[in-house]
Amino acid sequence: MKLTRILLYCVLVIAALAFIYPFYWMLLASFTPEANITKLGILPHGFTLDNYVALFDKIPIWRSFFNSSLVALTATAGVLTFGSMTGYALSKLHFRGREALFYIIIFTMTLPFQITLIPNYILMVEFGWVDTLAALIVPALNGAFAILLFRQAFKAIPDDLIYAARVDGCGELRIIFQVLWPNILPTLITVGILTFMNSWNDVLWPLIVIREEDLMTMPQLVTLFAVGGRAEAQLGVKLAAAFLLALPIIIAYAIFQKHFIQSMASSGLKG
Amino acid sequence: MQNRTKSRLLPYLIVSPYLLHLVLFVLFPVGFSIVLTFHKWNIIAPMEFVGMDNFSRLIQDRLFWKAILNTLKFLLIHIPLQVLIALGLAYVLNEKLFMRGFFRASFFLPVVVSGVVVTILWQQLLGVETGLLNRMLTDLGFARVGWLTNPKIAMISIAIMATWKNVGLYVILFLVGLQAVPQSYYEAAKVEGASSWQQFRYITLPAINPTLFMVAILSTIGGFSLFIEPYIMTDGGPLNSTLSAMLYIYKQAFGYYHMGYSATLGLFFAVLIMLVVAVQKYTIEADE
Repeated sequence: MKLTRILLYCVLVIAALAFIYPFYWMLLASFTPEANITKLGILPHGFTLDNYVALFDKIPIWRSFFNSSLVALTATAGVLTFGSMTGYALSKLHFRGREALFYIIIFTMTLPFQITLIPNYILMVEFGWVDTLAALIVPALNGAFAILLFRQAFKAIPDDLIYAARVDGCGELRIIFQVLWPNILPTLITVGILTFMNSWNDVLWPLIVIREEDLMTMPQLVTLFAVGGRAEAQLGVKLAAAFLLALPIIIAYAIFQKHFIQSMASSGLKG
Repeated sequence: MQNRTKSRLLPYLIVSPYLLHLVLFVLFPVGFSIVLTFHKWNIIAPMEFVGMDNFSRLIQDRLFWKAILNTLKFLLIHIPLQVLIALGLAYVLNEKLFMRGFFRASFFLPVVVSGVVVTILWQQLLGVETGLLNRMLTDLGFARVGWLTNPKIAMISIAIMATWKNVGLYVILFLVGLQAVPQSYYEAAKVEGASSWQQFRYITLPAINPTLFMVAILSTIGGFSLFIEPYIMTDGGPLNSTLSAMLYIYKQAFGYYHMGYSATLGLFFAVLIMLVVAVQKYTIEADE
């Protein structure tokens, strides 16, 4: 019994090392002089800020950080607002076509994005939104999965609460945002984290609709920096870029770890 | 009276932001993609009707079929690997162990960071001459492996990397499934003298069957979208061995501006994905 426990710990420690060590190596390498990176193992091998200095010099990384934050925050605000409005209507209001709308939403979730990708790009061209942040923000303001989560959460709230609020003279929007929102905090957190993370980490769509460097999102800018010639095959600068890209999400994850894991697990359950 | 119409219209007003989104960014694109499949178009010149040309071109496009096969090869390595490792780690984590939360959190770390980070990092780890992995191998007396330069191995390397990136999520899903199995089942089995393997085979496995298929479906959908990893690491090479279907569609659309043709590829590929997922779902239901 004791032996099996020791064995189990060995498995866990090796696995944990396999997941953490590469990140540690990346952090270390980004502060290591270029010539030493190819020898770098566990212990530091010199220290330099050159990689970061070169990175800030070569690409507008702060600007891309700002763009990514703006896009991700606006998208999240949109999905929370419009998602709960639609979810509320689907669960608490009666109107013609309600069932149909619900099934359409389910249907859109089974649609692979490959089908709409190219027509959506053409739409952006027609709108004149290529090379504007609108192309990144507007299509991301609504999400089918968020609507279903909100619908589910609102269903669990008794109708009496809503009737009482109506008697008090509350409009429907005030009911959603002031009366109901405080009751569905876990759903708000789940939708918020999932939307923010997906938006922050998305890179395919920005690659398609943004060409101008000053408007690029952080993952996009780092990607093009890594595949283009500008990193001049310097490992340290690429790894510094990758580390800066990971940092905001790692910090958020460190603070809200439990929420991250729960949200992602619930997103798995949609299948 | 006026009030009544207002309250009748109100629900539609509340869902209107989503309806607008649905029509503009989902329904119209689906319809338009079907229109596009019958046309040749580079966005600048006027659209040209070409009938079924795009389809016959697709059938003869050997590179596209290679990209599909590459993607399937990726899935065939990635999914079993992911299921086995995730299940194994979840099984261990299900024991009441010291620092369980820490281990769980560390497995989950690659899940939250961008695929771009993971790919740039692994590109260095997998370097032929000075990559960390090959340095470890040569230190141990083994020969160097062309992780990303050998056409036979490159896709396997990417599948391993993708497993490393995603497996933490599936550990959590399996853990949820495992924790739903009542402890009393195991106690009863022990009394009956069942071995650990028998307990796993006859209690655990049936209980987590739904999770197993959910994991398979989720990683199938995710795996079909394989794009950024080969885009950054190999640009589809060596010898097109890591050219994924999504990367090929991207190149057709935004490298050559073949809008009609790439929309045809996208539509075909999407139908293929839906078919594969439908078959998987059907198997689950038949199984239950």
